[in-house]
Amino acid sequence: MVIYQDFSLFPTLTVKENIAFSEQIDKKRRIVNWKEIEETSKRALGILGVDIDLNAKLGSLSTAKQQLVAIARALVYDAKLLVMDEPTSALSSGEVQHLFKIMNELKARGLGIIFISHKLDELFAICDRMSVIRDGQYIGMRNNGETTTGEIITMMVGREIVEEHVGGTNIGDVILEVKNISKRGNYDDVSFNLRRGEVLGITGLVGAGRTETVRALFGLNPPESGEIYLEGKRISPKSPAEAQALGIAFVPESRLTEGLVLQQDAESNITLSILKNFVKNGLIDFKARNKRSVELIEQLNVKPPYPAMQIAKFSGGNQQKVVVAKWLATNPKVLIVDEPTNGIDVGAKTEIHALLRRLADEGMAVIMVSSELPEILSISDRVLVMRRGRINGEFDAEGLTQEEIMEKAVMASGEKGETA
Amino acid sequence: MKEHIKKNAHQYRLLGLLVILLIVMGILAPGKFLTVKNFKNMGFQMAEFGILAIGMSVVIMTGGINLSIVNSAMLASIVSAMAMRTLYNGGEGMADIPVILIGVAITVVIAIACGMINGFFVAYIGVLPILVTLGTQTVFDGIALNITRGSGVSGFPKLFQKIGAGTLGQIPYTMLIYVVVIVVAYLMIERSRWGISVYMVGGNEKATRFSGINTKKTIMGVYVFSAVLSGLAGILMTSRYNSAKADYGSSYTMQAVAATVLGGTSINGGSGHVLGTVIAVAIIQVISSGFNILKINRNFTDIATGLILVGVLALNHFVNKGSLKKRVRVSVK
Repeated sequence: MVIYQDFSLFPTLTVKENIAFSEQIDKKRRIVNWKEIEETSKRALGILGVDIDLNAKLGSLSTAKQQLVAIARALVYDAKLLVMDEPTSALSSGEVQHLFKIMNELKARGLGIIFISHKLDELFAICDRMSVIRDGQYIGMRNNGETTTGEIITMMVGREIVEEHVGGTNIGDVILEVKNISKRGNYDDVSFNLRRGEVLGITGLVGAGRTETVRALFGLNPPESGEIYLEGKRISPKSPAEAQALGIAFVPESRLTEGLVLQQDAESNITLSILKNFVKNGLIDFKARNKRSVELIEQLNVKPPYPAMQIAKFSGGNQQKVVVAKWLATNPKVLIVDEPTNGIDVGAKTEIHALLRRLADEGMAVIMVSSELPEILSISDRVLVMRRGRINGEFDAEGLTQEEIMEKAVMASGEKGETA
Repeated sequence: MKEHIKKNAHQYRLLGLLVILLIVMGILAPGKFLTVKNFKNMGFQMAEFGILAIGMSVVIMTGGINLSIVNSAMLASIVSAMAMRTLYNGGEGMADIPVILIGVAITVVIAIACGMINGFFVAYIGVLPILVTLGTQTVFDGIALNITRGSGVSGFPKLFQKIGAGTLGQIPYTMLIYVVVIVVAYLMIERSRWGISVYMVGGNEKATRFSGINTKKTIMGVYVFSAVLSGLAGILMTSRYNSAKADYGSSYTMQAVAATVLGGTSINGGSGHVLGTVIAVAIIQVISSGFNILKINRNFTDIATGLILVGVLALNHFVNKGSLKKRVRVSVK
């Protein structure tokens, strides 16, 4: 039985239905035996030693309680092995402690548990053994107590050949200042600044609040408190249109759902952000639009260079170039790219890296959010590491190692891991 | 040229179907169908339906639907008809032309208000278009029934009837109005910035919003645009029937959806052409008039329209599948 990160439960059904309904189906009951459901679910929650109203709608419960329901459902099946995929990602630290207590009790009853997590402190707190898997490969296994966080981090990072670090040549004055912005459940007291000609890398684990933070700058996820200054003037964009008018551009994480209108051609997509430039006498000047799209396609080396081809038919790398081109067309002061090389081929990746570096050297300020440490190390000038919605570390990229970044990504500041 | 035909294959297919239908009807009803009189008749009827269908198409292009399109037309017409009746006062009130101008203005203003209500709930509150317009359909209809107690409103200047019944030579005024609407709609939808945004929103609202376009405004515009056209259709209907009544044109709602889809607009949004809808409207009109001349029961008209709709959509599906196969074969090689 697997306990997923997003539990496969039914929010509109009650607790007891969630726990015991599949048993009814297994027993091929044609008519629901409510008494049996009641007893089964009581027994399962009894094993966990928790008190949850059996008749409450699941959706009305806290995440922690929903998770317990998911575990209870697993127990109905007399599971011998429980797989928990990032079970603590949505829990508070008190709830995590409670979960660990229950896990220990289940362990004592003879249940095996596979606990999948990014969070090293939790792994060291609850696990007997730890296996590291990286890029789909099994790296190794260590017993708790016979290893250090440093060793695990090294195993997680590996010794990859890193692209040469290329620093900026033309770093100017501060253009963007972010002061103590917070939004509950998204990002917490985040401050940083960005200079002209600089590539600022923001990294951290998935769910650390990186995307949420940069979206705030683009008017998509406005902060509840804190201030943002662009060229010394306070700004608070509330929509992408406002952010665009201010000179901020954003290449989103998912080009397919957020970056492109897939059934349209390359030309319509690449010129979407600058459509108003082609209005002549109230109508779109399609000739001018076509001309501009051809220029942009050439500039970004999009292949094949056909503006009339449907964008869905381009390769991932070329689609990404189109999204980037769409924003370069607006001549932004600040360019934000979120996972710019996600799922694209090596050639296009190198091109995009070179492009970002060149744009910065020409005076643009670039923020790059990425999970790929080699990418972060190769083209950033400075690196911010986020953890649980906060900035947990700031580094000069010159001479920085993946281990230093990973340590800040997985562990709270202060508790220093012994680097192997 | 080849590119153009390929891109608009569906519209050429429809045009072919229309020509075939005209020939078939001409053979089946010799001397009756292919006559000036019949074409004039079709012109009178086609305009109001065509205008409504264009209004429906632009909403469907964004992935929405406007089920209240006929009801907003009739509500606006009824209020305007009541105002005109009062102002005209059986010939003792104001002169013809000011009464008509005020009547038209009232229709358009109320139609726009109806459209803004739809647009507000869809764009700014985020309720599904089918639910919003199903609700407003009932609301508009309810208000119209209440203020008229279900009966027709009439008693406006004779001149007003000219709009729906008059001709310029042999060409009905309604047809001229329809042509103007087609041209304006074509320019606004396929050539203006707002129109391009309509297609983009229909394809992927999020990506369009992320590209700095105010998609809420675009969507609001779509509902207002369709409402203005519904008001216009309401004026034509009121004039043709010389009265306004809550249940006039009620069969047009779903027919307008059918004409839109037959015309090549995807019900999921993001595609479609004004001219496609216009040809589809003509096809439906030819079937309906032809069957009428052939004295075939009216109900068969609906059956035939439905069968053509399903048939054309199935044909499109197979043609697209065929070209997909060809592409795969090329790439395998």
